[in-house]
Amino acid sequence: MSQRHVLQVFEQYQKARTQFVQTVAELATRPQNIETLQNAGVMSLLRPLLLDVVPTIQQTAALALGRLANYNDDLAEAVVKGDILPQLVYSLAEQNRFYKKAAAFVLRAVAKHSPELAQAVVDCGALDALVTSLEEFDPGVKEAAAWALGYIARHNGQLSQAVVDAGAVPLLVLCIQEPEIALKRIAASALSDIAKHSPELAQTVVDTGAVAHLAQMILNPDAKLKRQVFSALSQISKHSVDLAEMVVEAEIFPAVLVCLKDPDEYVRKNVTTLMREITKHTPELSQMIVNAGGIAAVVDYLGDSKGSVRLPGIMMLGYVAAHSENLAMAVIVSKGVPQLAICLVDEPEDHIKAATAWSLGQIGRHTPEHARAVAVANVLPKLLGLYLDTESSEDLQVKAKKALKSILQKCTYLPALEPLLYEAPSNILKHVICQFSKVLPHDSKARRLFVTSGGLKKVQEIKAEPGSAIQEYINAINNCYPEEIVRYYSPGYSEALLERVETYQPV
Amino acid sequence: MARLVKLYSQIDHIKEQYFIRNRIAEENRARENAAAIKIQSWFRGCRVRVYLNHLHKKATVIQKVWRGFTARELFRQRVKTAYFTMKMNFYNKMAVKIQQRWRGNYVRKYIHNYYARKAYLEELTQKNEQIRRDLEEFAELQRKERERISLEREEQQKCIQAQKLHFLLSTKQCPGIFNSPFRQAPDEMELRLQKVKPLMVRSATTDRKSRKTRPQSPRQPDSGHILPPIHSKQPQGPFRAAQEVQQQRSRPLEPSLRVATSITALEEARNELKRQEWRTRLIDQPFQPFSHVHNNKTYERSVHTSAPFEQVAYGNKYFREQNTEQLQGKKPFKTVFTTCHVFDKFGRLYSKAGNIV
Repeated sequence: MSQRHVLQVFEQYQKARTQFVQTVAELATRPQNIETLQNAGVMSLLRPLLLDVVPTIQQTAALALGRLANYNDDLAEAVVKGDILPQLVYSLAEQNRFYKKAAAFVLRAVAKHSPELAQAVVDCGALDALVTSLEEFDPGVKEAAAWALGYIARHNGQLSQAVVDAGAVPLLVLCIQEPEIALKRIAASALSDIAKHSPELAQTVVDTGAVAHLAQMILNPDAKLKRQVFSALSQISKHSVDLAEMVVEAEIFPAVLVCLKDPDEYVRKNVTTLMREITKHTPELSQMIVNAGGIAAVVDYLGDSKGSVRLPGIMMLGYVAAHSENLAMAVIVSKGVPQLAICLVDEPEDHIKAATAWSLGQIGRHTPEHARAVAVANVLPKLLGLYLDTESSEDLQVKAKKALKSILQKCTYLPALEPLLYEAPSNILKHVICQFSKVLPHDSKARRLFVTSGGLKKVQEIKAEPGSAIQEYINAINNCYPEEIVRYYSPGYSEALLERVETYQPV
Repeated sequence: MARLVKLYSQIDHIKEQYFIRNRIAEENRARENAAAIKIQSWFRGCRVRVYLNHLHKKATVIQKVWRGFTARELFRQRVKTAYFTMKMNFYNKMAVKIQQRWRGNYVRKYIHNYYARKAYLEELTQKNEQIRRDLEEFAELQRKERERISLEREEQQKCIQAQKLHFLLSTKQCPGIFNSPFRQAPDEMELRLQKVKPLMVRSATTDRKSRKTRPQSPRQPDSGHILPPIHSKQPQGPFRAAQEVQQQRSRPLEPSLRVATSITALEEARNELKRQEWRTRLIDQPFQPFSHVHNNKTYERSVHTSAPFEQVAYGNKYFREQNTEQLQGKKPFKTVFTTCHVFDKFGRLYSKAGNIV
């Protein structure tokens, strides 16, 4: 046996290991193979390979593990239970950059599934190691580490706080300033995940000066980066007035509107979400956005898009209109109501319809003028239809009813109210008749029209309990007309006449 | 006595007379009495009347004066009141004016200004239209830009394709496949083939050589002394090309790093640095460097944080620990520059002695 023969054995062994690991990593990319691999006990085989002497094998083993853990939470749990994480965390601090990347990938894949798994990752001390890798020179490693941190932070406030306490935020902010687009994207996403849980966390992100850097990137040509940037800004601004003002002070405002015409749907959605989060705080912030022409842009956006991406735009209009009647008028002037009416009809989903109904209610509830603008758009019958539709969800019904009520209580535009007389159930009818009883005494033309259009007849047919509010309104309406007319339109008047014919004695 | 006699004689007469006169007197007495009374009454009446008249006149004077006085007083009073009411009316009118101005101003300023609102809404509509127009323009611009880029990319792809297929170019003798004689006009690709240059396949070695020689232009004037010219004509025999010889001649001295730097240069530099630092140092307690201020900063908890724990110091302290006991006796590693100059001299030397075959 020469030396060559001896070495050949080792060589073969190494080749076999490499091939095995590579094949497993390759197989793990296809979801249909995963179960087979799991049943074949791939976890226990991969674990020793993580400690292999050959770095390539280590990396590929980590990659395969990551792909497996990425697939579902069972496998991720298997990774946690297999005590693989401490090994990975240890090597994250020690090994070369390729291995670091792979290890961060595994951590990310494990942490992504549930808060418990993410907590397990944190318990292994992964945070400090990941934060240290954020200081690495290689952008790939930074990207992987930022990604893993983001996935850990996204689950809940405590995990997010742990990430913040590990000192990740300043480094993530540094990562945003790197030239690599992918790294920027991931870092922005991680910041967004951190900021979304509580005002304190968002404040921590703001304190590191992230907003200014994020604001610089809003006109970046890369669509995916823009998505993340806008998402981060909206997550920061959603918590409090102060934070929203910080975001606004970064002078993003007229520039952001341009992104509403972006070809990417999610960029547009996130921009609208940002605007919604800012407008919902105070009338002043809303006013600022209205003055910048934001409403027109959002209304156009609603016209351009379809489906659930419309939701933030619809809610933004509602929030703006809710603040004051002036702002609601601004929404009306910006042709928001017809657009919302279209949304109310077009959208198949109940929650979007509910949001639309809410927004319309907010617009119409201020003054008769507002209510008229809403009523002219022929919204009331649609709202009534949604309220009466048995297939609509409970939330939608409640929202539609509230909106209808708040609009009706201000509405003095009778042509729009009349159709409701025939269709509305008694709890809505009450408000409709109330409006009639308020308007008719002061408007002779309307009185005439009310008779000729058959409204008076309908009112006489309503069966109201004496003493109830609706009866009072009916009496108020009846008092506006001569008694004969009221009697003429009362049900059963013809029989009464015929009876008089019978009892009449000719002289 | 006569007189007495006369009287005696006349006594009867006198008696008669006396009676007559008595009777007459008696007869006239009532009348006279009445007359006297009348006269008296008249006189008294006159007197009383005069007196009364006098009194009346006096009373009238008094009344006149008094009435005049009171009336004047009253008049003055009335004038005062009238003046007061007039004044008050005027003041009220003015106050109303002031109030209405102020209220109008206040309401317009703080509560609701119809015209301002109308103007604002009009302005807003204009602004909205402008924004719509701008966004439309911008979207159009972007769309054009995207189209342009995609067109360019397509063009580039076609160009590359044409470069790759350049051998299909038709020649004088034989038309290429893109230039079918059965068609009226040649294919678009044919025109493209005519335009592009064929893709050159270069070997690795020639590539490296060309890259090396490119920066040095042959006509570059020498920095120092002038060397005798070399004839560009290739002499007969196993000689190198004139250009190569020229390059070799004009090549500046390229000492290796090992030669150029002293072996102790690093230590010297360090010592120098230390000395300089010691000289220029004002405070022995060194400042924390500003460039690493974010490392040294203690993490300040935000005010609203609920979590009690603080930041754990991270980094080298915990992860890259050094086994100090093992390093105790060791001397610091001294770098010695490599003597192998195969790589930095490779391909640049005149002779081919170092070249790997």
